[in-house]
Parts: sequence; structure tokens; C-alpha cells
Amino acid sequence: MENDVNVDVLVVGAGPAGLAAAVAARKAGCRDVRILERDDAPGGILQQCIHNGFGLHRFKEELTGPEYAQRFIDAVEEEKIPVQCRTMVLDISPDRVVTAMSPEYGIQQFKAKAVVLAMGCRERPRGALMIPGTRPAGVYTAGTAQRLVNMEGLMPGKRVVILGSGDIGLIMARRMTFEGAKVLACVEIMPYSSGLKRNIVQCLDDYGIPLLLNHTVVDIQGRERVEGVTVAKVDEKRQPVPGSEIHYDCDTLLLSVGLLPENELSKTAGVKLSPVTSGAVVDDTMQTSVPGVFACGNVLHVHDLVDFVSQESEEAGRAAWAYASGSSKTAESYTAVLDGFGVRGCVPQKIGKTGADDKVAVSFRPGGVFRDAEWRIRDGENVLFKRKGRILTPGESIHVELPRKLFAESESVTVEVVQEGVSK
Amino acid sequence: MTCIGCPMGCQLDVTKEADGTITVKGAGCGRGVIYGKQEAVAPQRMVTALMPVKGRSRPLSVKTATAVPKEKIGDVLAAIAAKCADAPVKIGDVLIADVCGTGVSIVATSNAR
Ligand SMILES: Cc1cc2nc3c(=O)[nH]c(=O)nc-3n(C[C@H](O)[C@H](O)[C@H](O)COP(=O)(O)OP(=O)(O)OC[C@H]3O[C@@H](n4cnc5c(N)ncnc54)[C@H](O)[C@@H]3O)c2cc1C
Ligand code: SF4
Repeated sequence: MENDVNVDVLVVGAGPAGLAAAVAARKAGCRDVRILERDDAPGGILQQCIHNGFGLHRFKEELTGPEYAQRFIDAVEEEKIPVQCRTMVLDISPDRVVTAMSPEYGIQQFKAKAVVLAMGCRERPRGALMIPGTRPAGVYTAGTAQRLVNMEGLMPGKRVVILGSGDIGLIMARRMTFEGAKVLACVEIMPYSSGLKRNIVQCLDDYGIPLLLNHTVVDIQGRERVEGVTVAKVDEKRQPVPGSEIHYDCDTLLLSVGLLPENELSKTAGVKLSPVTSGAVVDDTMQTSVPGVFACGNVLHVHDLVDFVSQESEEAGRAAWAYASGSSKTAESYTAVLDGFGVRGCVPQKIGKTGADDKVAVSFRPGGVFRDAEWRIRDGENVLFKRKGRILTPGESIHVELPRKLFAESESVTVEVVQEGVSK
Repeated sequence: MTCIGCPMGCQLDVTKEADGTITVKGAGCGRGVIYGKQEAVAPQRMVTALMPVKGRSRPLSVKTATAVPKEKIGDVLAAIAAKCADAPVKIGDVLIADVCGTGVSIVATSNAR
């Protein structure tokens, strides 16, 4: 292969997002699409998620992560789409020259007519947490521990405390129990868990692991290796309550405190990012602020269900090919989609008043726990759409498909939660 | 017990009457009643785990083909750990036919070439 390559659609990342985007571009007619992946095999984060619960929406069956990924890997192979692994993308210029490095080819430059960003997300590291104390070995993010246990067959420790009750932490509580570890507690600073009820019951309750809400880790003991942690209750301001400390003897602390889209590359391309989602600002075709650069999957916003990753990524793949082939009908004007009360991170942030599809997908995350609430989309006083929910929680993002014409008359719309008939 | 049907997480109060009928109180909807009965009579879980592969350091991910009785989870895990798969293995290959007398098989969820 040459080191200067022209390509129609170039996809960065071979997780479920990148795989689905590439297949969709091909099916739409793109003969020259390729994927670059830094890992030594495609599949992304799903390869380490050996638990079941994937694909209920898409395939109407409960698959494990590797099984879900394999369906898309098979589709990519069937379409003979080249996936270049062990290739780290280093830079993307605003005019879509993508620089990558690999042991096989050294430095390569790809001149792409369209680029799809599908780099996924990373975990919030400990540094962002401000836990005082020394930094002994034995502190892992839950995802790192998942990789060690599920891919390498290694156990990080025997007595474990988990900070944060996100789904990855909950899943790891059960995994480590299965592998013979004692999980002492799962500690959550908020008054609610961001994990699924199903995971709380089947990963904690089933094994008698306590979930301590309104608690946090205030101290880590041990010089070389973690020897214990101190947990304390927090007040309404999330400040530790003196005198409420509980001590646990443990050799491992897992952090499951959230995910962040991996957008270093997007920044090099000059893509405008949203401070709320930490992902790109996009229109309903997943096009970013840089023409010809699209984003999808966890790099765009953190998803809890991979099914929606696949759906969104197919849209991005089709739109990328439309752009590359010069057949895209760029909208002349847009409707801005704004976050209102109780709503965080609407995607897309703008919807074209005209477009190839009659339907547009909108998603957001509730900003808190709301019972018997309603969420709605309004333009000024004019309510365009509303839906009741028995419960809205930050752990379950909302996805809807709506007719494009719903938005066509509006300069901007606000998505908000209304509780008991009063909005704020 | 807590219903897992949706994020409401209703606290279910399940009682067995003398005549064998089961009543579920506290469910916010019908799904909770069904779940409460199932959990009271015969709780079941899917099990996913890792099985060693002969001559490899990387284990193979596996699952129970359908849910197994909850109290069998420990035995099922031990049976999986005690077995060693022979590569190559394809997704869906049966590795243990009837695990621990449950009538459920253990199948591969990833490929080992
Ligand atoms: C631990 C965990 C548990 C989850 N559990 C569930 C669940 O139970 N059910 C469910 O439905 N969903 C679950 N999800 C969510 C789902 O797995 C993700 O939404 C999905 O994997 C996201 O796909 P992606 O392609 O956007 O990202 P990823 O799968 O992360 O793929 C991104 C890919 O890009 C590559 N990459 C990144 N940067 C570069 C670069 N510079 N150059 C080249 N390649 C690069 C990475 O190596 C990776 O392969 C879970 C997610 C995590 C993290
Ligand atoms: S009973 Fe119904 S409302 Fe209550 S948690 Fe179960 S599914 Fe949700």
C-alpha cells in the first residue's frame, strides 16, 4: 500500500459505531470506504463486555457484547470493507487529511472526501476525582478491570470496593464475585444509582453486596498497594459528614464514575464540541461543524444501549457517502434544539428544515429523577410534542423518532421536563 | 423484592397463600406481578463467564443458552471453570451439553481460531 491514499469515506474506529457506519456507506453505494482501528482486532469496547443484554431493540434477542460485535464484523467482511488494524490515527485536518501510524505502513496520509469519527469514549480517570491520600497500586477504573478479567483472564484483587454505581461498576461487581473475589460494597455519592435496576438486582442484591447511596470514598490507605478505604456519608451539598466513616479492609478500589467521549482528534479537525455532551455539535445527519466530518457512537455522546449506537451510525455512514459523492442536499436553514429544564445533552443540536429523510431521531438524558413526569418539545408557548413517563432517570436516555416537518416552522425548540403541570 | 421491569423499581411484597396461590402487592403495573411470581417460584438467571482454552492464555467467553435456576449459578460457574475448550471454537458452539443437570447447554459467545 502507498503512504498517500485517496479514499471516499474514511471511518476512524472499528467499534460498533464505525462498523455500522462503514456498512451503511457501502450499502448506499460507496465502493471506496475503509476503517482504521488502533487495536489489533475490530469490535471496540464490546469485546470485553461478555455479559448479556445487548441487541434487544435491534435483533429482538439478548446477545453478549462479543456476539453483537461479531454480527457487524461479519457484515463488514461480507461487504469486503477493508479494516486496517494496529493503526493509530494521530491527526485530522479541517480539509480531511487524516494522518495515521502503524507498524506495517509507518506514517500514512489519507485524503478523504468524508470522514466518520467513531473513536468511542474513555473512562473518567481517578485524577478527576480528587480523592485524597497516597496513590498505591490497586486502584483501577472499572473498564480497565473488565479488560483485565475478561480479555486477559487476570484478576486485579481479592477484596474489592467499588466507587460509583454506573453499569460497568455493577457488572464488574458480579464478574469479580464470579471469579472468587469478595466485593464489600458499592459506594455512590448521589441519592440514586445511574445503573439499570436490573443490574442493581442481578449484580449486587443477588450476591448480598450493599449499595451505599449518598456515600463516597474519603480516604485510601496503603503505601505500595491499597490496604483499605474509608467511606463516609455525604450531606445535601455532597460534603462528607464527620463521624459517619466506615472502614473497609480491601486490596482493590474500582472506579465507575462515568465516561467521556474521546475527542482529542475531533479537536485537531476543528470540530466544535458541546460542553454538555463533550461530543461534537451535529445536525440530524450527524455532520459536525466541519463540512464532510461526521460523528457517531460514544464519541458523539455516551450511549447506554449499543442498539442506538448502530442506528445513529448508519445515518452517519449514509450521510458521509452522500457528502463524498456530492449528492447531499444540505439544508438551507436549521432549527436549533435546546436543553430546557430537566434535560441534558439533546442530540442533534440542530435539525435541517429540509433533508433526505422525513423522520429525525432526537435523544437526550434526563437531568435528574422525575416520577410521573412529562417531557415535551416546545417553540415558545407552542407545544409541538409531548410524552408522559412513569419515571425519567439520568441512567436511561430517551430516544424518539419524530417527523421532520414538526420542526420546520421553528427557529428553535426547547426540550424540557414538566412535573405536575408546572415547568420551570 | 425489587422489580427490575423498569427504573421505577417497585418494592414487591410477594406472599404464598395456604392454597398455593401467590399474591403480589406493590407492583406499579402488570409486568411486576409476572416478575414477582416468577421470582417467588423459580428465580432464573443467565450466566456469562470465561472458559479456559487449551494451550492459550486468553480465555473464551461463554454463556448459558437460556436462563438457569438461580441456586445453580455456583455449580454452573464451577463446571465452566473446570472445563477446557479446544480451539478452534465458533460462536454458538456447544461446549457443555447439559450443565449440572439443568438441561441447559453452555455455548461460546466469541470465536477462538
Ligand atoms: C464497559 C461498558 C459496558 C457496557 N455495557 C452495555 C450493555 O450492557 N448493553 C448495551 O447495550 N450497551 C453497553 N455499553 C455501551 C456500548 O458498548 C457502547 O455504547 C458501544 O460499544 C459504543 O460503540 P463505539 O463504536 O461508539 O465505541 P467503542 O466500542 O469504544 O469503539 C471505538 C473504537 O475506536 C478505536 N479508536 C479510538 N481512538 C482511535 C484512534 N485514534 N485511532 C484508531 N482507532 C481508534 C478504539 O480502539 C475502539 O475500537 C457498555 C459500554 C461500556 C464502556
Ligand atoms: S412493577 Fe411495573 S412499574 Fe413497577 S418496577 Fe416493575 S415494571 Fe416498573
